Amino acid sequence: MGYKTDFARVQGLGTAGDGAHHWWLHRISAVAMIPLTLLFIFPFARTLGNGYEAMIATYSNFGHALVAVLFFLVGFWHLAMGLQVVIEDYVPHKPTRVVLLLGNTLFNGALAVAGILAVATILFRA
Amino acid sequence: MVELALPKNSQIRVGKTWPKPAGATNLRTFRIYRWNPDDAQNPQVDTYFVDMDSCGPMVLDALIKIKNEIDPTLTFRRSCREGICGSCAMNIDGHNTLACIFGMDEVKGDVKIYPLPHMPVVKDLVPDLTHFYAQHASIMPWLETTSNTPAKEWRQSIEDREKLDGLYECVMCACCSTSCPSYWWNGDRYLGPAALLHAYRWIIDSRDEATGERLDALHDPFKLYRCHTIMNCTKTCPKGLNPAKAIAEIKKKMVERVL
Repeated sequence: MGYKTDFARVQGLGTAGDGAHHWWLHRISAVAMIPLTLLFIFPFARTLGNGYEAMIATYSNFGHALVAVLFFLVGFWHLAMGLQVVIEDYVPHKPTRVVLLLGNTLFNGALAVAGILAVATILFRA
Repeated sequence: MVELALPKNSQIRVGKTWPKPAGATNLRTFRIYRWNPDDAQNPQVDTYFVDMDSCGPMVLDALIKIKNEIDPTLTFRRSCREGICGSCAMNIDGHNTLACIFGMDEVKGDVKIYPLPHMPVVKDLVPDLTHFYAQHASIMPWLETTSNTPAKEWRQSIEDREKLDGLYECVMCACCSTSCPSYWWNGDRYLGPAALLHAYRWIIDSRDEATGERLDALHDPFKLYRCHTIMNCTKTCPKGLNPAKAIAEIKKKMVERVL
């Protein structure tokens, strides 16, 4: 504990000057996900059970491909921001926290890129 | 820090059952958390029986009666006995509240009394609020001005004064902060609903000239943004205040600065 005063303990390393941006982007992406989920889910659900050709036909359409790309981009971005908060809340051990935060960014980033590449492959297959 | 089980030295044992008062017919059972820092024992829950025919209606009346007539070692804070000092905040029947304004008729069955959750205990029902008070001090709970002090007073319109209603009434009892899971897990850095409600009380005070500095000081992922709108604070506030709304208003002000 040492002889730090209570006030010094509360001040800690001071104010980070950060947080509002993250909070606001999390809200904006949440709102964006409402139309994106609806626009993505219906064309996607129609292809299910209809085989390879149906999937190729749907995502060869520029509109459907655009929605899918935005869905992956915004969705995984929103997920990464949300999980970041969960990790900060529940993982007090600093080294573990840093590893998990890095993993969170890489994992969700990779999933978003994978989704986007998959759609791009169909759209630009030629 | 997240703790899903109590640490070994905090695990609660079955305590002593104190004798029933002689001749009493209308008894109520109280199960009260006891911990003595001097005997190196784990905490325990003692059972007391109080004669309701000679006891006031509030939980604090029963606690004082127990201390006076049954067990003088029972330790708790109390002062005003009318909900204005905030001293007798404790967890009664699973709910953080002030013992002096919480009626025993609101509890079904035995009355279970514990100290405020997730705080270091000094003794029995007395929590250590040192950090909580230091957090309050850190939000500069006073009027901060740069202009020359007016000859008479800092004037405020009736409408601007009304903006402080629902905020200035806070008695700093710590019921809200100690009911907040975010405060349990990250209370070392998260300021908690009580300090943030006070921060907002000064942010929207029309006479204050340090609004920007106040917002700057809160712009932090932990000091402010650990609030996830769980609303336990608002649900538990014995004064009927709404700290969750005050925190939401601070977050809105943060965004307002960049839009």
